[in-house]
Amino acid sequence: MNYDAIVIGAGMSGLAAGIRLAMFDKKVVVLEKHSIPGGLNSYYQRKNRQFDVGLHALTNFIKKGEKGKPFSKLLKQLRLSYDDFKLHPQTFSKIQFPETTLKFSNEFELLETEVREKFPQDFENFLRLVEKVKDFNELSLDIGYSSSREVLKKNLNDELLIEMILCPLLIYGSAWEEDMDFAQFVIMFKSLYFEGFSRPEGGVRTILSLLMKKFEDAGGEIRFRTPVQEILVENNEVVGIRTDKEELRAKIVLSSMGYPETVKATPALAEKISPRSGHMTFLESIFVFDKKLPEQSTITFYNNASTYSYRRAQNFFDPTSAVVCYPDNYEGIQEGEGTVRITYMANYPQWKELSREAYLGMKTKVGESALDLIKKLNPTFNGELLFQDIFSPTTIEKYTWHQNGTVYGSTDKTRDGKTPVKNLFIIGTDQGFLGIVGSILSGISMANLHGLMQSGDA
Amino acid sequence: MTAKNVRQIVLDIIADIAPDESVDSIDDSKSLREQLDLDSMDFLDIVMELRKRHKVEVPQEDYPKLATLESCVAYLSPKFA
Repeated sequence: MNYDAIVIGAGMSGLAAGIRLAMFDKKVVVLEKHSIPGGLNSYYQRKNRQFDVGLHALTNFIKKGEKGKPFSKLLKQLRLSYDDFKLHPQTFSKIQFPETTLKFSNEFELLETEVREKFPQDFENFLRLVEKVKDFNELSLDIGYSSSREVLKKNLNDELLIEMILCPLLIYGSAWEEDMDFAQFVIMFKSLYFEGFSRPEGGVRTILSLLMKKFEDAGGEIRFRTPVQEILVENNEVVGIRTDKEELRAKIVLSSMGYPETVKATPALAEKISPRSGHMTFLESIFVFDKKLPEQSTITFYNNASTYSYRRAQNFFDPTSAVVCYPDNYEGIQEGEGTVRITYMANYPQWKELSREAYLGMKTKVGESALDLIKKLNPTFNGELLFQDIFSPTTIEKYTWHQNGTVYGSTDKTRDGKTPVKNLFIIGTDQGFLGIVGSILSGISMANLHGLMQSGDA
Repeated sequence: MTAKNVRQIVLDIIADIAPDESVDSIDDSKSLREQLDLDSMDFLDIVMELRKRHKVEVPQEDYPKLATLESCVAYLSPKFA
């Protein structure tokens, strides 16, 4: 079988790339190892309850009609309508450290007010930083690395403010420990603080079914339960892939497997490069209670120390900090059960080594720790626990096939998507855009650049 | 095909790829990018739609020739002839 393009992975970036190519009459097939779409942003069902695997919040919120923003680009490029996403904006979120709390919402003024009240001596500096962020062209593909911590130290005096600003930005997207590239910082700052959070009604399923329908309507082909065993290369040029059943030929291959994972599947690449697997992986606990919790925030970025340590946990998981998400606290969500999701940083090698029995014991420990935190943050709550589920770094590895159970992928990104093999491109997390909106834009821009612009003769 | 037809073809495409934009009040001699909320991704779509709908090819080095409606008509008309 001969295709114009093979896309590996039916996650956000793979589906988006598939749509762009199919829209302009390319013969394209998306191959997915799992039986359902989504990749790192998939979904599952337990006891008649629907859960999202990864989605706490969709970043890059815009109001209907807003222009020139990442989300509006996504809508235009995929010809989707704003209303299809049925977005519910967040109430507000907060960054909670022992010394103080900073609230932010989809109106940037709230964060400004909070910084003015709580860090008055640094407020002018903060405003200058905001201007710097606004003026920075983070989408340029040829900017070099600069440390966000260094830039922040040059601009702000208060160490605590620096830690608090960094906390949500690191844990919502950094593949690197402790610090991030300033260009990534700017992307995240705009996505979280300028634009903000929302949640599509129905969660990640809503987004995936929009993408699936668009792809199929455009004439794209998708195959589930189809793991790619090898990416085939001849004379340093990609020629197709091999599954366990057959070979498929194509002019280009776009891989969303991850950079190290793609290299592993491509012997011709493994001879040349070895991108590193990241260290950052997480534990996610989900609790359902019989009623809503008193906490009003959508997301609490909790840290029980003056400095924020963003790194592989030293001992299985690190309860010092957590992301606490209340998925019912979006505007326009009806009262019902109360759900809380708690994310801890974890240590993949340690989880990987556990025996079955020790693994279950450690999960119980994580659950107890997370329940304690819920009680600490909601001292008056007396709801009854109806359901709980925890997934670990090895669960993430099992369903995403990411080495180390990484969520934000490799620490070696390829911003232009190119690999040393001709016509084999990386899309998704390891191309370097972040979050659901970022992944979709990654698929779009790589399909545009490598699948549409370069192929007048295809 | 007349210049007027070519102009309408381009306007139809813009209306489809940027449904929120009003194309009625465009000044033909001014940059499209400045008048409408169009970025490089949108210009790619104009090119892709020209190919898909009208089998007209615009090589990458010629993208700047689509800067204004006037220049679009001047550049594309011979291709529609």
